[in-house]
Amino acid sequence: MALYIARRLIWTLVVVLAVLGLTFVVFYLLPAGDPALRFAGRSPTPETLAEIRHRLGLDHPWWYQFGRYSWHFFAGDQYGWPGLGYSYSGGFSVMSQITTRAPRTLFLIMGAAIIWLTLGVTIGVISAVKRRSWIDRAAMGFALFGLSAPVFWLGLMALFIFWRELGLPFDTGYEPLSAGVWNWSRHLILPWCVLALLYAGIYARVTRNSLLETLGEDYIRTARAKGLSERSVILKHGLRASLTPIVTMFGLDIALLVGGAVITESVFNLQGLGWLAIDSALGQDLPVVLGVTMLTAVAVAVMNLIVDIAYAFLDPRVRTQ
Amino acid sequence: MTAPGSTLLEVEELTVRFPTADGVVQAVTNVSFSLRRGETLGIVGESGSGKSVTNLAIIGLLNRKRAEITGKVVFEGTDLLALKPDELSAVRGRDIAMIFQDPFASLHPMYRVGDQIAEAVLAHEKTSKGKAQQRAVELLGRVGIPNAAQRAKDYPHQFSGGMRQRAMIAMALVHNPDVLIADEPTTALDVTVQAQILELIQTVKAEFDIGVILVTHDLGVVEETADSVMVMYAGSVMEYGSAAEVFGLPQHPYSWGLLDSMPSIDRRLETLMPIEGSPPSLISPPPGCPFHPRCRYRFEPCSSVRPPLEAPPGGHLDACHLPSERKQALGRSRSVEHFGARA
Repeated sequence: MALYIARRLIWTLVVVLAVLGLTFVVFYLLPAGDPALRFAGRSPTPETLAEIRHRLGLDHPWWYQFGRYSWHFFAGDQYGWPGLGYSYSGGFSVMSQITTRAPRTLFLIMGAAIIWLTLGVTIGVISAVKRRSWIDRAAMGFALFGLSAPVFWLGLMALFIFWRELGLPFDTGYEPLSAGVWNWSRHLILPWCVLALLYAGIYARVTRNSLLETLGEDYIRTARAKGLSERSVILKHGLRASLTPIVTMFGLDIALLVGGAVITESVFNLQGLGWLAIDSALGQDLPVVLGVTMLTAVAVAVMNLIVDIAYAFLDPRVRTQ
Repeated sequence: MTAPGSTLLEVEELTVRFPTADGVVQAVTNVSFSLRRGETLGIVGESGSGKSVTNLAIIGLLNRKRAEITGKVVFEGTDLLALKPDELSAVRGRDIAMIFQDPFASLHPMYRVGDQIAEAVLAHEKTSKGKAQQRAVELLGRVGIPNAAQRAKDYPHQFSGGMRQRAMIAMALVHNPDVLIADEPTTALDVTVQAQILELIQTVKAEFDIGVILVTHDLGVVEETADSVMVMYAGSVMEYGSAAEVFGLPQHPYSWGLLDSMPSIDRRLETLMPIEGSPPSLISPPPGCPFHPRCRYRFEPCSSVRPPLEAPPGGHLDACHLPSERKQALGRSRSVEHFGARA
């Protein structure tokens, strides 16, 4: 077991390194215009440009820059750990910006994940058990709606109905947890629901299919032959064995949302990590873009690691391989 | 409690149909038999002859929404087919237990073997988890798992095929059932292990004083272990009698075909004679005798009149139009050829 985890851990490190190299090459070797121009004001002299380049470290060859970036990434720089450098345009360190934005996105993802897991798995189980009944059809219709309704439309509709028409205090923007739980959650409740709806649809379908497949297995027949109640057959024997694909999907979905909840963040003006990435990309603020990309990559790698370890707990066959 | 040798299970006119988009599958038609305490009934037939469906219907594991079941399955005076699902699951695993063909797939891969057996204990008995575990370990020991206390903590993938089937048998025995249904229990196992499992089933039959229904397509298995034999084809009973009767004087051409296609030690392989053709579609079975398209002895009435299941004078039940002298003559020669002269 320890060996299994150690091996996965080393792989995670390798993946992070590879992503670091790749993103650096993409962002630094193919820049759209000279970043130094952005700092130099109007009609800069060659001397100011050279000085800015020196200050940003752009006067070194690319491999030197890469080496320094990697070093800072793993060892930290003057702005903290991991060292992600200084923004070109905003007048702030990338790290400080990420630490302000990250809680917004993480709270958004966590809340939504709880809703979509509960909703999706419950609907999936009911659908599988009541297969081909009207309940199944209604649930799968709901799932299809959740899947196909675009988030920007759903978000705006939710705001229109609940905030504007019904006058409920579900505001846009973000309030930190320190402003009180109610203040914090009333800003998040609509984005949670909107984001969760999409994933609940997917999870309901996956749970239903996975459970239906499991219920056809011989060991389910054994469970029934023992005389167990139908409830215990489905929840203890069926669902247990159907969890693997759900866990896989859950890990990746969470990781990808770290930088990928842009639309939800924009509609509800949460200004989280995704929003930060888009904003910096449009402003060609490369260190920030690189920082968010690295954060997402690390999130994906770490979630993969967690999923792998979770497998070992879920399935004894993995443990003894 | 039923007295030794008394009737445990009485199946009357059991018929199972599955309506499908292509038509109604007539999986089992008018099957009747009875099982006594201490008896092993061997049900023999090719794949698709309705052996397994018959047993799944008895133990109530067919989806009643998709299967139309008529007839009666009388156990201790109650018709199991008339029970509600929760009443039936109280009988299942307690009074009637079942083991299956593929021990590799029949145990849940994610739970410990001991826990799965303990769960069977707890399904019908209010007792502590520790007691249930103890019972699991004890039974694993009784079915011949060495070091049972340790092995109970293993997962199924750490067991060999034979050990898994032993574990399944242990699971079936937790409540001292009256009836054990074994659906092709040795088909998926190595030849060497097959004999051990069959022997184990015979041992527990005697120790626990139960009636066993042994489903198989292996005539050799039936010959060694069964007290009575029922030969099925296309969902119907072709021949039914005591093992001594059926093997001493097989009366049905399908049984002869099964015997001719079975290898034995003192026969050369070239003389194996397969039954030509394949089993009929159960959606539109042939008129008359279901076996007639493949039968070497068919004559006039076979393709139009279904032969009733009747016993000729001095014989046992069979469903064939051949005159009884002919059947007995042909059957006797088969028996002598395969089993030598019997007493």
